Formats: sequence, structure tokens, C-alpha cells
Amino acid sequence: MSLDEFKNIIESTSLKQEVKFDMNARPHAIILAAEDLLAVCEILQRNPATYFDMLSCITGIDNGAEANTMEVVYNLYSIPFNLHLMLKVVLPRENPRVESVSGIWKTADWLEREVFDMYGIQFLNHPDLRRILMPADWEGYPLRKDYKHQDYYRNIKVEY
Amino acid sequence: MSKGIQYQYKEGNLSASEPNKLKAENLHSEEMILNLGPQHPSTHGVLRLEVLMEGEIVKEVVPHIGYLHRCFEKHAENLPYNQIIPFVDRLDYVAAMNNEHVYAMGVERMLGIEEQIPKRVEYARVLVAELNRIASHFIAIGTYGMDIGAFTPFFWIMRDREHIMRLLEWASGARLLYNYIWIGGLFYDLPIGFEEKCEEFVRYIKPKFQELEEILINNKIFIDRTANVGVLPLDLAINCGVTGPMLRASGLRYDLRRVDGYSVYPALDFEVPIGEGKMGKVGDCWDRTYVRYLELHESIKIIEQCLVQLKGDHKRTRDFDPQALVPKKIRPKMQDLYVRGEIPKGELGFFFRADGRNDFPFRCKCRSCSFVNLSVLPEISKGILVADLIAIIGSLDVVMGEVDR
Repeated sequence: MSLDEFKNIIESTSLKQEVKFDMNARPHAIILAAEDLLAVCEILQRNPATYFDMLSCITGIDNGAEANTMEVVYNLYSIPFNLHLMLKVVLPRENPRVESVSGIWKTADWLEREVFDMYGIQFLNHPDLRRILMPADWEGYPLRKDYKHQDYYRNIKVEY
Repeated sequence: MSKGIQYQYKEGNLSASEPNKLKAENLHSEEMILNLGPQHPSTHGVLRLEVLMEGEIVKEVVPHIGYLHRCFEKHAENLPYNQIIPFVDRLDYVAAMNNEHVYAMGVERMLGIEEQIPKRVEYARVLVAELNRIASHFIAIGTYGMDIGAFTPFFWIMRDREHIMRLLEWASGARLLYNYIWIGGLFYDLPIGFEEKCEEFVRYIKPKFQELEEILINNKIFIDRTANVGVLPLDLAINCGVTGPMLRASGLRYDLRRVDGYSVYPALDFEVPIGEGKMGKVGDCWDRTYVRYLELHESIKIIEQCLVQLKGDHKRTRDFDPQALVPKKIRPKMQDLYVRGEIPKGELGFFFRADGRNDFPFRCKCRSCSFVNLSVLPEISKGILVADLIAIIGSLDVVMGEVDR
């Protein structure tokens, strides 16, 4: 299935912004606005022609201070049709927030918690947004490009 | 702080850095919170479970993870692609060859040299990966038996696994963390006589499977403890992103070696076993173990076919160099890539972003199957007994090194 066919399906929901394609990514990616994400995911999962029943992976990316953006990348897979699709959402670096898709795929619950833990991206309407890998009282978000770890954690020197 | 002392007592140090999600003041009468782990033999590593119980009935389970977090993704952003391989070994440390295979495949796909890899290298990769798959399933089945009270099979299985460890040590020099599969090739060609020793191993191991089936899989006590316990329905499994033997046990014939057909797997003949609910319902703990048991036979089939190829069409020659295609400098073009492959626990995926200007990945995300498979635990352990909770954890076959990365 080509990207244009995906685009036709997506555009049956009323999009707030025009979608863009990224042909350089494998599988090919669709770049969305953050406010469109939830509706697009819903239609892609429910549409009988696509039926993306599995969410493989959610990746957070920090593009650094120069680009001043963050990204969340969703890798979808459809078991019955053997289709791959990548969705990308670009967010500002200050106060990044996007709707949670954990209501559609339960996998997203922990995957989004991990992205929140590492990048501080807020997932709105997430059922249980806590840190998952780092301790609850850790300061900062480790995978951001400008991350500096704290000197002491509970009186233990972090730098060994 | 006085010199030389790393750590001093402060009152706040004792408060939990992983606070409970459930609050004691919200409990009803007769309810209590039980803390299982992080140091508990039945949790297969440092997994902590916060269990809300009413009497002996489990009402809610909240897993707490991260005790083995070693910052794989942060390290990967500061290392050249070939130096990440030892870190990849340490994700799922009982199946390191499979991890390396998927990772090397991903980087080769970014470089565009995936098609050029010599067939002998590919068959050797599949051979060692399948050997390691057997070792990993041995651990899964053996420790699972031990969790629920069968001690002897564990020793038998460890005895047999030792032969695989010796074989892989002979090939790579290490028992557990190999760094054997390199980007574009192998560390060394298989040692002389390896194929013959593998054949000897295959002859040795086949009757042992029969033994294993008799002592554990068809054991009355084992069936009583596992059948109809922890049933995972197929729709929930797919929605939760569960992959690997767990998904197959729920009744879907879905194996990435067949679906994606990467490496030389399309040329090999093997079945994809699924759970059929022979002892209870489809997708219960017994089915998950049985699917792993059946996969042992399939891996042996693959190994035999690889050995035929490695001794026949793609046999060793004097001038064969397994490092011939290993790039001196690895700098992929600017791109995003998601690559996935089947490791013993399920779908291992890597998301790469290369910026085209650096020898390091801009982002290297590991989608680990144990992490996702573990997240299904709260869904399937409501209203069960505590003893069954232990049986369910064992049947998930999680390796905490891969959950926490």
C-alpha cells in the first residue's frame, strides 16, 4: 500500500494540518501535527483496509538546541495485511506534549512512560504517567541532548 | 562529607526511591499490599512487584522495573556502530547471538550491504543464533520448572546447555557474551571441526528432548500447576504488543523468521508451532512452555540444514575471509530505520537515526520484547492465587537485562 492510499484514509478524518511524507525513512513515514495524532491513529487501526492492530515501537528523539524540536516516532504494524507505517510527530522543545494513544493500543502505556522518563514529553490523558526506568526522584531527563546529571543523588556521588 | 566516605546516613535515604503506586489509606478492609522482590528467586532477576491482595487472591499487580538500567541508549549515542555490539550482547544476555544478528542486520541495511553478505557467513550466523535459541529456551523451561517446584529438570537442562556454551565458546572465545557477529561479517570463520562437533551435539540432544518431555512437560504436577493458569486471549495479546512464543501460544502463527523472511530463513524448512490448548485453554502457561519446547525441535531442524549447507555448497575454503566486507569506517547516510528480528523472547527491534555526519548513531532505540511482554502481566493476573502469580511470571520468560536495558 502506498503512502498516497494511506493519505486518502487519513484525510477522511478532518485534519487540522496538512500531512507531510518522509520517503527517506524505512518504513516510509507520515509527519503529522500533534493535535491530529489521536484521530489518525484511531482511523488507521479501525479502517478495514489498513487495520494496524499492533504498535511495535514508540521512540522519542531530541533534535538538540539548534533545531529546537523533539520528535515522537510511532512504528505501526498490521498483522493481517503485513503493512508497516511510521508516524512522526514534531514537538517544540519547551513544554512538549502530545495525546496518549494508550486508549487504542495498550502497549503504548509502558512505551510512553519510557519516553516520558527519558525526554520529559507529557502524554495527555495517559492513565499512569510515572517514571519507569529511572528512580522516581531523579532530576532531569537523561536522553535529552543537553542533559547534565546531578552531582549527588541521595548523598551518593553520581560521577564515580 | 568526610573524605573517603561515599555515603552518609540521612533520614531521607530510607524513603523509597520507587514509591508504591497504591496507597495504604485507600485500602478496603481485608486488603493488603504485598511487596515481591526485587530480590526474589522466582522473579528471574531484579523485578519488583507490588501486589494488592485480599486474603490469598491477587487483585492488582504493579510491576516496578529499572533496577538493572544500564543506559544502553545513552551509551549507544556516544559509540561507533561496531563498538555498540558488546552492549547489544548485554541486553538479552542468555541469547546474545540473536541480539547481535538483528543489530548487525540493521546496520547493514542502513549501509546497503545486506544483499552482499556471503552465504557462508549468513549460514554460520543462523547456525550460532539457533544454537543460542536452544540455550535460551532451555533456561526458560528449566527455570520455569524450578519456579513451580520441579528441581531435577533444571539440572538436566543445564547439563545439556553446557554443550552449547562450549560450542559457542569454541567459535567466539566467550561463553555468554560473544561479540561474534560483526557488521558485514563474522569475527572469525567457524573453527575447523566445528560442523562435525555440531552434528555430534545434534545426535546427543535429540533423545534428551524426549527425556525433557517425559519428566517435565507431561508431568501431572506440572500440568496441574500450569494448565488453565494465566490465560492470555489473542486479541489482548496483539493489543498489548506481545510477540514471540507468548503470542504463538495464544494461537497466532506469527514468526518474524517466516513473516519477514530475513537472512537465509526463507531457504530453510521449519514449522511455526502454535498453542492448541491441549491441556487446558489456548494461551495458558502450559501452552507457552509447550510452544518453547516444540521450538527446540524446529531449531534442531534448522541447525541440521545449516550444517548441510556449511559442509556442502558453502563449505570452508582456504581463502575465505569472513571479515572481507567489514567496513573500516561505518557512516550511514542520513536516514531513519526500524529493523526487527525474532529472538527467543519475541520481536527485537532497533530504531536508528543516522545524521550522515557522524560515526555514531544520532539515536538508537531498542524495542525490547521482554519489556513489552512484561507489561501484559497486570492484565492477566487479576483474581488469581499468589502461587499462580509466580507461575505466570515464569511463563513470560522475561530477562531483566532486556527489560531495563
